[in-house]
Amino acid sequence: MSSANQLLLEAKNVTKYFGTITALENVNLKIHSGECLGVVGDNGAGKTTLMKVLSGLYKPSAGSLHFEGKEKVLESPRDSQNLGLEMVYQDLALAGNLPIGENIFLGREPTTNLGLLKFLDYKKIKELTEAHLGKLKINVKSADQKVEELSGGQRQAVAIARSTAFNAKVVIMDEPTAALAIKEVGKVLDLINGLKKTGVGVIVISHRMDDIFAVCDRVMALFQGTNFAESELSNTSRDEVIGWIMGKK
Amino acid sequence: MDSKDQDKDSLYLKLIPYFERYGILLLLVIMIIVMHFLQPDVFLSWRNVTNVFKQISWQSMLALGVFMVIVTAGIDLSVGSIMMLSLMILAIVAKAGAPWYIVVITPLIAGFLCGLFNGLGITLLRMPHPFIMTLGTLYIFRGTGNLISGGTPISGFTDEVRYLGHGRIDLTWLGLEKSQYLPVSLVLIAIVYIIFWIFMNKTRTGKWIYAIGGNPNAARASGINVNKILVIVYSLCGFLSGIGALILAGRTDSGYPNAGLQSELDAIAACIIGGASFFGGRGTVLGVFAGVMIMGILRNGLNLMDVSSFWQQVLIGSIIVLAVYVDVLRRDFGTRK
Repeated sequence: MSSANQLLLEAKNVTKYFGTITALENVNLKIHSGECLGVVGDNGAGKTTLMKVLSGLYKPSAGSLHFEGKEKVLESPRDSQNLGLEMVYQDLALAGNLPIGENIFLGREPTTNLGLLKFLDYKKIKELTEAHLGKLKINVKSADQKVEELSGGQRQAVAIARSTAFNAKVVIMDEPTAALAIKEVGKVLDLINGLKKTGVGVIVISHRMDDIFAVCDRVMALFQGTNFAESELSNTSRDEVIGWIMGKK
Repeated sequence: MDSKDQDKDSLYLKLIPYFERYGILLLLVIMIIVMHFLQPDVFLSWRNVTNVFKQISWQSMLALGVFMVIVTAGIDLSVGSIMMLSLMILAIVAKAGAPWYIVVITPLIAGFLCGLFNGLGITLLRMPHPFIMTLGTLYIFRGTGNLISGGTPISGFTDEVRYLGHGRIDLTWLGLEKSQYLPVSLVLIAIVYIIFWIFMNKTRTGKWIYAIGGNPNAARASGINVNKILVIVYSLCGFLSGIGALILAGRTDSGYPNAGLQSELDAIAACIIGGASFFGGRGTVLGVFAGVMIMGILRNGLNLMDVSSFWQQVLIGSIIVLAVYVDVLRRDFGTRK
């Protein structure tokens, strides 16, 4: 497949300051279609900051983002979403009081417009939700179920479904299995492998070596806000990656 | 889980939304039946029923506004003061001899601007909680109302201005008696509540209001402009308080300094009794209506039975606590642990 190795997203020399604190310094990152990149690092290494820069939540102090070869400036999460860049947050960013379907389409609901008023197209939301969940082989009782009634794994699945509902090209997942029961981890990892097959580039931030070695093709380590090490997964080992996290090569 | 358990589980899941939606109406119906048996001749008479609706007419507007704010996990303590200030402005404009259509629009605009002020204050000044901003404006708006009016009542409006609060729709063409009229305020309540029911349940903005109350971070991450929606919500709340002022002007034919004193607490109570959650994201327009009705009927019924207003306070307070406790129990059943 020619599209399999297409470069989707590249971060060049991204630097981010918070006041006098340097959270990221000249960090580079690349993700290709159908590839899964694992990003590891200790707490405070800058993983989450980097992801927030990629999703448009933070603006980098210096450096640039290139999407499919073109430089892009992201002003808000909406900009990155429009490019096909989606984020699955650690705290899932779902509204528990709303049903599954409304969460998946939150902020991008199909509507019928009547002057200034935009009326929700509930029928379409339900249809699209059922089709999308079916495509991802996510089983829930009903698309009308409220998210707060779901288990942790189901919520994570909804969050991933949400991130891929609009033909996402790159999906960034922050600790996708951290809050899950062990039996649910496998399902989420299967979901990630499924995404890769559809040509999506997946970036997984995780502390869990099991996750990294189950789904990733490449792994990069951040240490104190800088690129520390990077390797194809086949050329490294758990012990080496754990060493990187602690700043040892 | 065997299949029997699953059946039970799904029956629970099916019943919960209905209970959540209509449970409070059940309480209302029970209250009406009990009151009917306690006061069989009076309570359900045409005169008394229209009386209840006239009494709750302006409170129902404040409650609806506060409800939307509570859905965002906020609070608006200033609605009583917004209504008083709007009423005073109406009175002054009316006394200045402005034509009735100007007088009628004035409180709506004044209320909207007060709400806008709240919304902008909360978002631009980054107040730690809307409680603080609206506590401030509770004093500011009432103080302003007293300043512009000199703290004295201003009375006497034209029939057009009083129409919404005092008007009667004649039903003699239906073969009813002259005394069996329909208060215009009742029709107004119905129209406003239907409009806001549609707004909250069918429009995208309404859905976003619920989403913000459910999880503001999720709303923000979804690209929703949370601050903009909050400003809209507080502005609409002010606007509804302005409608309340217009109704009150009709009912009392006067702008007076104590108008709407402590009515913000009644409005909050009606929302809470009606099932809105203080943590946001939960509650229905129908529930608020039921909450307003329960408070109205309770006051009316206790008055009919000559129960002192002190006991009314005790009872309303008890119902608030009880209603929320029922909600706590419901959530124990409804949420997965």
